[in-house]
Amino acid sequence: MLNFRPEYQNIFTAIQVRGHLEEGMPLPDNDERSRVGKPYHNYWAGKIGNAQIGPIYLGFLGSLALVCGLIAFLIIGLNMLASVGWSPIQFVRQLFWLALEPPGPEWGFKIIPPLNEGGWWIIAGFFLTASVLLWWVRTYRRAVALGLGTHVPWAFASAIFLFLVLGFIRPLLMGSWAEAVPFGIFPHLDWTASFSIRYGNLYYNPFHCLSIVFLYGSVLLFAMHGATILAVSRYGGERELEQIFDRGTATERAALFWRWTMGFNATMESVHRWAWWFAVLTTLTGGIGILLTGTVVDNWYLWGIKHGIVAPVPDLYPTVIDPLLAAGGMK
Amino acid sequence: MNFAIPMAAGAAALLGIASFVGVDWDAPPVESEQVGYRGTGMYVTKDAAEAEAGRAANVVPESPWEPDPEGDRARDVYENVPVLGHLSDDEFTQFMASITEWVSPEAGCAYCHNVENMASDEVYTKIVARRMIQMNQTINVSWPQHVGAVGVTCYTCHRGNPVPQEVWYKDIEPIPASRGYRDGQNVVGQFNGNSSLPQNALEDYLLGDMEIRVHADTALPMGTQTATTKETENTWSLMMHMSESLGANCVTCHNSRAFNDWDQSPPQRVTAWYGIRMARQLNVEYMEPLTPLFPKDGYHLGPQGDILKIGCNSCHQGVQKPLYGVSMMEDYSASLGTLSPNDYEVRIVPGLAAPEMSTRGMTKFGR
Repeated sequence: MLNFRPEYQNIFTAIQVRGHLEEGMPLPDNDERSRVGKPYHNYWAGKIGNAQIGPIYLGFLGSLALVCGLIAFLIIGLNMLASVGWSPIQFVRQLFWLALEPPGPEWGFKIIPPLNEGGWWIIAGFFLTASVLLWWVRTYRRAVALGLGTHVPWAFASAIFLFLVLGFIRPLLMGSWAEAVPFGIFPHLDWTASFSIRYGNLYYNPFHCLSIVFLYGSVLLFAMHGATILAVSRYGGERELEQIFDRGTATERAALFWRWTMGFNATMESVHRWAWWFAVLTTLTGGIGILLTGTVVDNWYLWGIKHGIVAPVPDLYPTVIDPLLAAGGMK
Repeated sequence: MNFAIPMAAGAAALLGIASFVGVDWDAPPVESEQVGYRGTGMYVTKDAAEAEAGRAANVVPESPWEPDPEGDRARDVYENVPVLGHLSDDEFTQFMASITEWVSPEAGCAYCHNVENMASDEVYTKIVARRMIQMNQTINVSWPQHVGAVGVTCYTCHRGNPVPQEVWYKDIEPIPASRGYRDGQNVVGQFNGNSSLPQNALEDYLLGDMEIRVHADTALPMGTQTATTKETENTWSLMMHMSESLGANCVTCHNSRAFNDWDQSPPQRVTAWYGIRMARQLNVEYMEPLTPLFPKDGYHLGPQGDILKIGCNSCHQGVQKPLYGVSMMEDYSASLGTLSPNDYEVRIVPGLAAPEMSTRGMTKFGR
């Protein structure tokens, strides 16, 4: 008999399944001390996920990654605080505006310019990169330790590729740190728009197009998949693994819904490959698009004209000519 | 579940943060006008309430009377009138009456003159005023590409203030501690629409002549355009100043799909191009040399001791056409619409007397 429990009709997690506190599987002796923290239940954690907090496997790599991350965080934060003359009020008030800037164009790709002319940015970037890479190795090793595939580390690697392209590989190829992204909220958005303006509109960069397709596609897939599973949760659809082992009415109805509405449906197995590839390809194609900008293409709009992807518009302003060419001698 | 309480709390928190950081939002209704080809997204948008307030704040003052161009010349009637000596007596007094209303309605004649001896050059503001009259003439005669036939008067910038309120100066606040690197940006910029873009871009473009164009003119890198994204942020900062000053958006002058392409740009861009050159000339030739005349009292110079300079907002004051394009030139064509027949050179002598007046209500720029 189907059980229409009203909790399953809620779009928020309404029930908490709590077992007894568990440590996870035993680890080899020399590894055991890396697993730290006494587990406990937390009601609010249970609202959004598993109610059990801890233990966490910290280990050497995790600890080092956290230390490196903290160093980067402090360098960036203290530079922001210093850039408003150590004023805590201005630090809070202008937090979204503040940033640690990369070195200016006058320094080229010099490894360590003076600290207050971009040196701090390079040191912060070094520690942040070290932190991210150490964390990557950690995810890889934890996946192997649990007998998992390494899909999570490789997806993470795709994001790290974009991160490295933005902050290191492309500045290296361009020979200038001034091409790199500042560490700050609004300033990194300023950089993004400036980057597009300088290189003639990223809109006409085909890899940017692909990246956006995969980004929006990821969002769409996430919404479709999440909605589908929630919709069949009243039939036990949230127990996805059980449904994969033994197709039940939840899977059948979910599949039928999409087959009826669009003639084709993903399966319990394939939908996760869809999601993984879309997510991985977002940053992978994005990184390629960034990597090509300035290095092999200097103006994407003109490149688009050359390759016939720019829609022509009629000449609405025939009287307008570049005044630099029109005004004799005026600069 | 009752969401009203958390939703209201969230909204209140958001508004609290917004008021704390000082966001500048446009409340509806917003009017939009299509200025480009369909599908290009070229819509100029205006906040209706702001536009209405702008109309009320930008009303041209009446001329006190219609001057008679006939009669004795001012140079024959008065002593020491090198720049306006070619006016008729009536034109001269009409202009003096007007400039008092435009610039020093409270202090009156004494703002520039020793009222015991009107011919005397002992008050520094008189020297400044003389130079500013020459500047005004230069704008109206030499910059038709920017001011057209509408022209400008003292009122366009001054609006009844002895020191125009819409000015810019070197701004290095908040001063970073020795090791804080923000590269002259990444704080709330006063002169670039509260953005985090470079603070002193105007110094580079409206005083210096740094290259504004950062685009490559070729699809592939040929080594001809060496500007980086950093220089682009500097250019963008200037553009934000212009946008804020005119209450206009990017597509007023550009087709944003190819910012650099003149063929797709509305004619306003050409006007703006000349405007940049005009402001630069005015700051270099007219404003900067006057610096030694001004008292270091915090009201007449910037915090770094540089003179208060002309930006797009000095005239435009949030409106695309200053004073909504209403010309005052008909009543002042002799005084401000033509160059003085002689090339009188204003002498900058530091240490002149300052007018006696209250600084009440004036903006304190320096510390």
